[in-house]
Amino acid sequence: MSNETFEPRIVGFLCNWCTYAAADTAGVSRMKQPPNIDIIRVMCSGRVDPTFILKAFREGADGVLVAGCHPGDCHYSEGNYKTLRRMTLLRQMLPQLGIEPGRFRLEWISSAEAPKWTQVAREFTEQVRALGPLDWKGTVLAGVPVALEHACATEVTV
Amino acid sequence: MVTLTIDGQVLQAEEGKTILEVAQRSGIEIPTLCYHPVLPPDGSCRLCTVEVVAGGRSGLHTACTYPVEDGLEVLTRSPRVVEARKVILGMLLSRTPNVEMIQDLARDYGVTEPPFPTEDPDEKCVLCGRCVRACHEMVKAGAINFANRGADRAVGPPFMEKTRACIGCGACTIVCPTGAIEIVLREAAEYLAKPLGPTAAIYTPLLQAIPRVPVIDTDSCIRFRQYDRTEGEIEDACGACELVCEANAVDFTQEDEILEVEVGAIIVATGFERWNPTLLPQYSYGKYPNVLDSMEFERLSNAAGPTKGQILTHEGRVPEAIAFLHCVGSRDEHANPYCSRVCCMHAMKQAHIAKERTGADVYELYIDIRAFGKGYEEFYERVQREGIIFIRGRGAEVVMVGDQLVVKAEDTGIGRPLVLPVDMVVLVNGMTPPHDADEVARLFGIGRSPDGFFLEDHPKLRPFQTATEGVFLAGTCQAPRDVPDTVAHSSAAAAEALGLLSRGEVVISPQVAYIPEELCSGCRICNELCPYGAISFDEEKQVSVVNEALCKGCGTCVAACPSGIIVGKHFTDDQILVQIEALLRTPVA
Repeated sequence: MSNETFEPRIVGFLCNWCTYAAADTAGVSRMKQPPNIDIIRVMCSGRVDPTFILKAFREGADGVLVAGCHPGDCHYSEGNYKTLRRMTLLRQMLPQLGIEPGRFRLEWISSAEAPKWTQVAREFTEQVRALGPLDWKGTVLAGVPVALEHACATEVTV
Repeated sequence: MVTLTIDGQVLQAEEGKTILEVAQRSGIEIPTLCYHPVLPPDGSCRLCTVEVVAGGRSGLHTACTYPVEDGLEVLTRSPRVVEARKVILGMLLSRTPNVEMIQDLARDYGVTEPPFPTEDPDEKCVLCGRCVRACHEMVKAGAINFANRGADRAVGPPFMEKTRACIGCGACTIVCPTGAIEIVLREAAEYLAKPLGPTAAIYTPLLQAIPRVPVIDTDSCIRFRQYDRTEGEIEDACGACELVCEANAVDFTQEDEILEVEVGAIIVATGFERWNPTLLPQYSYGKYPNVLDSMEFERLSNAAGPTKGQILTHEGRVPEAIAFLHCVGSRDEHANPYCSRVCCMHAMKQAHIAKERTGADVYELYIDIRAFGKGYEEFYERVQREGIIFIRGRGAEVVMVGDQLVVKAEDTGIGRPLVLPVDMVVLVNGMTPPHDADEVARLFGIGRSPDGFFLEDHPKLRPFQTATEGVFLAGTCQAPRDVPDTVAHSSAAAAEALGLLSRGEVVISPQVAYIPEELCSGCRICNELCPYGAISFDEEKQVSVVNEALCKGCGTCVAACPSGIIVGKHFTDDQILVQIEALLRTPVA
């Protein structure tokens, strides 16, 4: 698949108060943005468990975006600081699994920053498009401990 | 109490009062000149001379300095008194033959011509010394004093030279009975002195102020400035307002208080600020005194304002042409991109007033007229009929050509540049959020929209609620709006707040964390993480417990639990994981 026609699938975990609102405003304001990001709303970026991100990659996402309120502006005072720490660790772990660091992005976008949201969405989509599709089975699975794959592969029964 | 007789009237008086004070309170007129109610009496002009009979002897004395005594008999209009005052007024009139106030006083006593030769017909100072006493006793600046003796006596600063001791308060000009003292402002200060102000240091903020009581501006009040200069050492600083207040309502010891009040709801009504027109220098605001902003024109046209509602230029003339420049700072990519909504209408109202009171040619330079409310379009048509000239085109520049103020613009109706010579320019400036909106927003956990105003929870369905439960928005802190809309918005916010209070309980979000007791290992990692202190440790059971009333449902603990057993209700791990699966297992449409 050539990178020009490749449409990456990206999962975005957005906090309810800032970035989700920014994305909502961008949509309501009819701002132009790529359709590649599928959004999962969480109350706070601090809710994002790093395993959610691995799960997304395992399920076929080519990129994952986590975005919340600016530091100091968290609706829950300091949830985004926890996010920052966790994502820093995760970012170090991704290359060890064979996932390019460019497939993951952490952003602070306030509810007032709809234009920034569209800009990040465009940039990140292009960045992931350039990296091409993520071959989980070929690159990741080959070197991953069975336990991790087992954890990520757990089927949810609802 | 003492008993005395004035002109045959038997009067009771408090000990320590002067004859003048007692007479004035009883409606007996005694002419005065050097006496001023807030200054210590001096008795230097002798005009209040009365005949006092005490202990069988009679003599002429100044009423302003003579303390009352028991059995005193005072005559204020006896032939001796009248004769004495005639001589005094004759001398005063000879010194200042062209001062109206002295002419009037002298005429009352039949003195119409100066009996002595006049040295300087333009002399205005009567050497009463009110200014000297004000400067020394009230202001404590000591910048002016008497100089020389006898016929050469004069009032002025030391050696009649400019003095740094003068603080420019103007108290001397206020107490001077004949208008002999003028304050000369240097060019830089002239701008402040246009017809709009300055106001006194004690004033009622506005006619509709609640409570309607005067306030003291401690930054400009002489008394407080004295305190600052001397670090509070001067105990008998000014206090003129306290002296004249009959209700004894002036209290200099009052201070700002910070009250802590427990409340069930908060309505944020912090309003707006006027957009500062100096940020667009092409409009020359602050450079030419006849360039006003909307609020200044409003003050100028106000019947309770400094000109009593007369519309006058800085030079005191009735303007013959006035231009209103719409959208100054609004709908402008160099300033605020948004429309401030209310300005079109208030510019038209002001144009209507200007036309009515001055008959001037009134121009409105606009981009679009936004007459958006009930009766507004009709008003737009009315002012057009009244002869207001509407020119479609934003004002480009305000310049001075010689002595003439000129507005440059483009008339887009005819596609030609336009040069309008006018006497007054009113910059119709829009609304901006207050400069400290950021602090307020953070304090109450309110978001802000891109224009900087506070963000409502939903633009259509929750226009006065915020993301924080129990915090409501009222009026222009949320968006520019006019008075009717502000009243509607604020009433709605008040009703919502009242509803919250009358319920007596707050509906909390169901999205809270839950720790299954039987699965918790008691590691306490979550206890430290919670920003709200909602998780405590049950020592007896050795497990962590979530207080649902405190928990806001952020889920930080859920993501952090090493055993993965904390449940974030409505955002459980399973719910999120199944969303990921659903998203990525669905083929792209």
